[in-house]
Amino acid sequence: MDGTRILFGGFAVLAIASAGLCITRRNPVASALWLVVTLFSLAALFVLLDAQFIAVLQVLVYAGAIMVLFLFVIMLLNLGRAGPTDLKGPLGLGVGVLLAGLLLVQLLVLRQAGPAAGGPARATAEQGMIPTVARPLFTAYLVPFEITSLLLLAAIVGAVVLAKRKL
Amino acid sequence: MLLGPALAVSATLFALGVLGVLLRRNAIVIFMCVELMLNAANLAFVAFAQQLGVAGQIFVFFVMAVAAAEAAVGLAIILAVYRHRHTVDLQNINLLKG
Repeated sequence: MDGTRILFGGFAVLAIASAGLCITRRNPVASALWLVVTLFSLAALFVLLDAQFIAVLQVLVYAGAIMVLFLFVIMLLNLGRAGPTDLKGPLGLGVGVLLAGLLLVQLLVLRQAGPAAGGPARATAEQGMIPTVARPLFTAYLVPFEITSLLLLAAIVGAVVLAKRKL
Repeated sequence: MLLGPALAVSATLFALGVLGVLLRRNAIVIFMCVELMLNAANLAFVAFAQQLGVAGQIFVFFVMAVAAAEAAVGLAIILAVYRHRHTVDLQNINLLKG
């Protein structure tokens, strides 16, 4: 229990630090690689929160497929060098930090409204395993699951139509 | 058990994503910050799923599918914009500005 908390703290700090580096690096490639570090630490946090299947999906889909797509586009557009800083000016910086800080305070206040901490902790050893996740996915959530395939098909067609020079 | 800390991490990551969207001008970096916000929401879903049942993890599954579709279409849009304007700096993409 205590080890879980220590690991959680470590990976949480890693995730937040690399997210901070991701949004401040000038070079888009460095930004993307720090985002990969964030995604991997989030996968570790998912494991600690009893969501092993989601953690595997996170590594495969996010850190694998989506980030490769990002890096591929960065390389394709030849943006891989650090240009002049693309941060906004002092006014934009001030407003941005103010708004993000306000949002953070609001979210942290909203945290108090969660379910009672002493609620029914239903965390069992097999909660995040594939059978536990798959059974509701293919029974109660079957229709949304099938609609997801339509969404992905639309995305494929849309991406091809947008990226093709001439149909 | 870890619900409180997990929600705090989720809130911090979401605020960092918003900060990135507000601060950066590079369209691809802004897009990566949007992905960061989606991941923060996923962390909140997983944290609640530990307490309230497995449905939260199924929602994370759907969020990931939507994120994948969004990344594919969004990056195709960025490619198309780059082909017209030869830049992804949002400062220079102001066709709709009166």
